[in-house]
Amino acid sequence: MSDDGHYKPEEAATIFPDGKLARPLVVGTVPRGGRTVTDTIYAVTAPTTAPAASFPFPLDRAGLERGKQQYEIFCAVCHGATGDGNGMIVRRGFPHPPSYYLDRLRKAPPGHFYDVITHGQGAMYSYGDRIVPEDRWRIVGYIRALQLGDPKNDGLATTPPEQRK
Amino acid sequence: MAQIFHPATNVIAKATIFGGLFLLAFVCYVAAGVERSPWITHEGMYREQPVPFSHEHHVGGLGIDCRYCHTSVETSPFAGIPATKVCMTCHSRLWTNAALLEPVRESWNLNKPIAWTRVHDLPDYVYFNHSIHVAKGVGCATCHGRVDRMPLMMQAHSLRMEWCLDCHRNPEKYVRPKEKVFDMAYEPPGGREQTALGEKLVQQYHIRKEQLTNCAVCHR
Repeated sequence: MSDDGHYKPEEAATIFPDGKLARPLVVGTVPRGGRTVTDTIYAVTAPTTAPAASFPFPLDRAGLERGKQQYEIFCAVCHGATGDGNGMIVRRGFPHPPSYYLDRLRKAPPGHFYDVITHGQGAMYSYGDRIVPEDRWRIVGYIRALQLGDPKNDGLATTPPEQRK
Repeated sequence: MAQIFHPATNVIAKATIFGGLFLLAFVCYVAAGVERSPWITHEGMYREQPVPFSHEHHVGGLGIDCRYCHTSVETSPFAGIPATKVCMTCHSRLWTNAALLEPVRESWNLNKPIAWTRVHDLPDYVYFNHSIHVAKGVGCATCHGRVDRMPLMMQAHSLRMEWCLDCHRNPEKYVRPKEKVFDMAYEPPGGREQTALGEKLVQQYHIRKEQLTNCAVCHR
């Protein structure tokens, strides 16, 4: 009685040829009630277009706090709590990411960070399947706040030479 | 006619009746004990996994947030078993030759999921939703124990209905401030202080106690 045979999320399932109950998303679909692909919030992710130069929606305090929370869950493990690239995983041997305080990253448009979160870059895998688009922008907002917070930091002290550019 | 039973057999008759009662009570007592024992509930039992993943190392040692891997815990009934990609986010560069991680690399290369063994399995007639618990101040550690100290994942509690009801009847005994939900090291204040804090939070988070023990809350 305690196992009536119905599938629970992510169980193995013999009814599909690949044995997975969780079905992959069909390319081009969006969640019901979600934004359509023509919205700027998705459109900027197309890697062929130039990164967005501005945020698609205004960020208030609550948005930045959400960005901080998401940053601390997903980003700080490598990029460090302050964005200098000295996170715990880097200290355990993962390739050092560039510091956010480098001149080129201070000048990079917000869409650049959004694209990197969405598609990954270099050693960094994509986080597009783990962080929803709105939260990616909030994280970008929080990165901007970090960069503002320490104007004297040029990022050189914590970035390996090949990543300074 | 001579007596068939000697008067002394009365003692035996009485002993049998009372003995039977005692025996019945004893059997019930043992059955209840077995029913609540880890043999049935799997409380406190570690499970073999295809990869001996250590929460102690990843959570306790490295400080990775629960939600880094269990991404859907705040938005869905199921907390989410991370995809192999999540493992590979770091292990594409770290411990790339470790034999222990061979199943992870194989899964990644063949695009075949790792068949993890489920540790917490509620009966199929129970409806359970992670997101509402997390949103109302039930900490991960309240039900899952100190996961940051588990070298292999273990079921910390019995998951029996009486265990669920203990909190559903008196949530003020267990709720914690929302910002501490994912904090493994949070120590609830003991005794009366917890009750005072809990009652405040129950109010603040709009936990409707009078509904929490309705059958249909969990059996839908």
